[in-house]
Amino acid sequence: MEVITTDIAIVGAGGAGLRAAIAVAEAAPDLKVALISKVYPMRSHTVAAEGGAAGVIKSEDSLENHFHDTVSGGDWLCDQDAVELFIEQAPKELIQLEHWGCPWSREADGRVAVRPFGGMKIERTWYAADKSGFHILHTLFQTSLQFPTIDRFDEYYCTDLLVEGGRCQGLTAMEMRTGRIKVFRAKAVIIAAGGAGWMFPFTTNGAVKTADGMAMAYRAGVPLKDMEFVQYHPTGLPGTGILLTEGCRGEGGILVNKDGYRYLQDYNLGPPDPWPRKKAMELGPRDRLSQAFWHEQQKGRTVSTKWGDVVHLDLRHLGEKKIDERLPLVRDLARSYVGADPVHELVPVRPVVHYMMGGIDTNIDAATAMPGLYAAGECACVSINGANRLGSNSLTELLVFGGRAGRHAAEYARKTTHLTESLADQLGEMAAQRVTELFHKEDQGESLSVLRGEMNKTLESGAGIYRTEDTLQETCKKLAELRARYRCLHLDDKSKVFNTQLVYTMELGSMLEAAHAMAHSALQRKESRGSHQRLDYTERDDDNFLKHSLAYYAAEEDPRIDYQDVVITRSQPAARVYGGAES
Amino acid sequence: MSHRTIDLEVMRYRPEQDDEPWVQTYKVPCEEDWVVLDALIYVKDNLDGSLSYRWSCHMAVCGSCGMMINGEPALSCKTFIRDLPGDVIRVEPLTNFPIERDLVVVMDDFIEKLQRVKPYIIRDESKPISEGEHRQTPAQLKKFKQYTLCINCLCCYAACPQYALIPEFIGPAALTLAHRYNQDSRDQGWEEREDVVATNEGIWDCAFADACSIVCPKHVDPASAIQQMKISSTLSWYKNLIGLGGKKR
Amino acid sequence: MNGRPYVREVRTASWYFGRWRDLHHMLNEISSIFIGGYALILLWGVKSLAAGEQAYLAFLDGLTSPLSLTFHWVALGFTLLNSVSWFGVTPKAMPVQIGDEFLPGHYIAIGHYVAWFCVSLVVLVVSGVFSNG
Repeated sequence: MEVITTDIAIVGAGGAGLRAAIAVAEAAPDLKVALISKVYPMRSHTVAAEGGAAGVIKSEDSLENHFHDTVSGGDWLCDQDAVELFIEQAPKELIQLEHWGCPWSREADGRVAVRPFGGMKIERTWYAADKSGFHILHTLFQTSLQFPTIDRFDEYYCTDLLVEGGRCQGLTAMEMRTGRIKVFRAKAVIIAAGGAGWMFPFTTNGAVKTADGMAMAYRAGVPLKDMEFVQYHPTGLPGTGILLTEGCRGEGGILVNKDGYRYLQDYNLGPPDPWPRKKAMELGPRDRLSQAFWHEQQKGRTVSTKWGDVVHLDLRHLGEKKIDERLPLVRDLARSYVGADPVHELVPVRPVVHYMMGGIDTNIDAATAMPGLYAAGECACVSINGANRLGSNSLTELLVFGGRAGRHAAEYARKTTHLTESLADQLGEMAAQRVTELFHKEDQGESLSVLRGEMNKTLESGAGIYRTEDTLQETCKKLAELRARYRCLHLDDKSKVFNTQLVYTMELGSMLEAAHAMAHSALQRKESRGSHQRLDYTERDDDNFLKHSLAYYAAEEDPRIDYQDVVITRSQPAARVYGGAES
Repeated sequence: MSHRTIDLEVMRYRPEQDDEPWVQTYKVPCEEDWVVLDALIYVKDNLDGSLSYRWSCHMAVCGSCGMMINGEPALSCKTFIRDLPGDVIRVEPLTNFPIERDLVVVMDDFIEKLQRVKPYIIRDESKPISEGEHRQTPAQLKKFKQYTLCINCLCCYAACPQYALIPEFIGPAALTLAHRYNQDSRDQGWEEREDVVATNEGIWDCAFADACSIVCPKHVDPASAIQQMKISSTLSWYKNLIGLGGKKR
Repeated sequence: MNGRPYVREVRTASWYFGRWRDLHHMLNEISSIFIGGYALILLWGVKSLAAGEQAYLAFLDGLTSPLSLTFHWVALGFTLLNSVSWFGVTPKAMPVQIGDEFLPGHYIAIGHYVAWFCVSLVVLVVSGVFSNG
């Protein structure tokens, strides 16, 4: 078995992985980095982020504002020490990106321009038209090309972590073009493998977002934190789930139901006028807006279309010039995929799974409980996002915590030694076995797409915007069944070369593990907080659940759910107020 | 929703079984608002799990799913079946690249060339973070913005007749990126890049066929970037000749 | 079984017959042969002028041969094709930015046509096409 020796192995070459790699290369040019990704870096899903990245830059704004918007947006489930660090580092990271060439949109005087996002007291979202994630990703990727210590392993699918003596000492990965499993011997590993939107049937996420990193850490014994918190973005295109950025509403767009009525005023987000107004109506937080859609749907006030129920996003009053300048991608996407030109027409939208607040449990240094293992980006949970992420915090998060993961992993790597080559080889063989076995299963009539479809369905029906004990029980039961059936899954493609059926199968395995953790975490959280809304426990319960949930892998059994206190520094839990009071 | 059944002709190549590519036809019942990628996903999920292709975002921004559709390079996630004539659709891997398997091509050559053009900000002295951002007016941004929009889908390489005949040609997307940084008011790396791009295999291998710009799904217009570099290189050469020094800026 | 990535051969002699875009490109490329040929004939004319009246008259006489006329008509056709193609793409090579915005491309193309017309006019005037006699 081929053993590749590096100092720091990074899983995933999206925004967080690239930022981590550059941080290592800058802080420790003597250390080798292996940047391993199942897709070429520019295909990573950071590319699809549209609206922008939050960081305090305006003189009338303050770190205090960003802190409070983030913590109240997260329904007080954020670790406040992490949030403090995050908001303080945010502008520095965004300026750094500017120095690396990110084409941020500008004011007339040449300063970086900012736009408002939902749940934000003062505008602080740095944007590059409505292709912010695209530009951030390409800037990071292109910048990374100048560092000779970063070795990229593109189109390598990571399968398992190598854990020896309780420490993470590397990983195994399959080179997709040959099907060969290789061992990466590393002093530290950073997982930056993104989220898990593909567990759900209707998502803004690209097909690569399949919980691989989360599942890899989870199987190795690292807990997944706050997995029950799944963010629905209120404005996805029906049919495809393509995201229309919150920037649409930041620029002044409104949401109306079938009667042309701005229904958000009925859900403690109004009054509607004057408009636009921060932290009100369409600029409320994502969880509230998505929940309002659900209620409108129950009342029969949504619009029926061939794609199902929708509401309308109205941008017409912005005018063609502003739309073309600020939201060119949105216009292109709406015209292409639903045939509605936002300059002249209403655009149908509905809530769509967008982001996992939960993920691999890390501390403020991006370190997990397992020495040598770090995580950053959507796959990680620090947690700055709490029960509901504030729009435009995620791009900044992957910069701040990607960078931190890199620096802390480098520091750790300096103090530690490599696993012996023979032991690496031995552990690698064991991990490779798991992949090889997939080729040798008998056909028992199970199909990949059927299993995936059933997983999608049960998560949507049981763990969607609103949940109950019964639906969650049902989902947990179904997932247990699917995990058992997964073990019977057989491959009819026996090829070694770019076998996507094999990759999809491993991805499904990852998603089932993460979904299992999610459903059980949700079942046990008997309260409503942020994006986790229970029809049977409608109130927030700070006495019992002002806590992070931790799901521990238990092989064939159901995960063990434990709890961890939330770090509170200066903001005691209070009511989340949007609409008028603060604006 | 209305269905339309098409014959999806897919070029297959499985290196462990096939000596050369061949065409397999699948009957696909398509929904009215499907793109070609949806048809491929239908095949993969329902008809033939062994078909390999790259894709991810389904919104024309990740650049994974460039392929030949009825003979033209295009993103399969942005090519609507309703816009294609007839009931037969032919998909093939991007031309001018080796076929790894089925619709997956080997793109090592592009990745090497991308790195070679130094697509990052080069400055004599970097500015400390504490001094804040560089000032860049909307006009300065506009000067290069279009050239930042490349998604590396490689459709331009598949369309480029010069790249087809001269594999050493650095090619449209990579050269465009060099120009993008040259035009950025924050950059001072023009001379370093000039050594790489103002060469035979760089801008001078471009015959201005304009095919790259015609097929570019993001309207980046690589041909314009290359011609502008030709002009600035030529001017700098003449300036050098008459002793005015070649530095452009 | 090949076992390796498959490299498709390019038909080096005939690839451009597949689509109009490529053929159009090759016609533009081939126009250089005719334009180059025309330049050589012009040089030949200058040389014969230097060689004396008789040589020059022989040269002029040669120009009226059917072969020469055919060549000139074909060369004119290619020159026009090449000029139109080039003027069409000049906005790409020479964008003009005024303030924040770029001048619409057709302004630049039209500018080239106007310049072409003016230069042609000057040439025709200088060569005496419009003078009496």
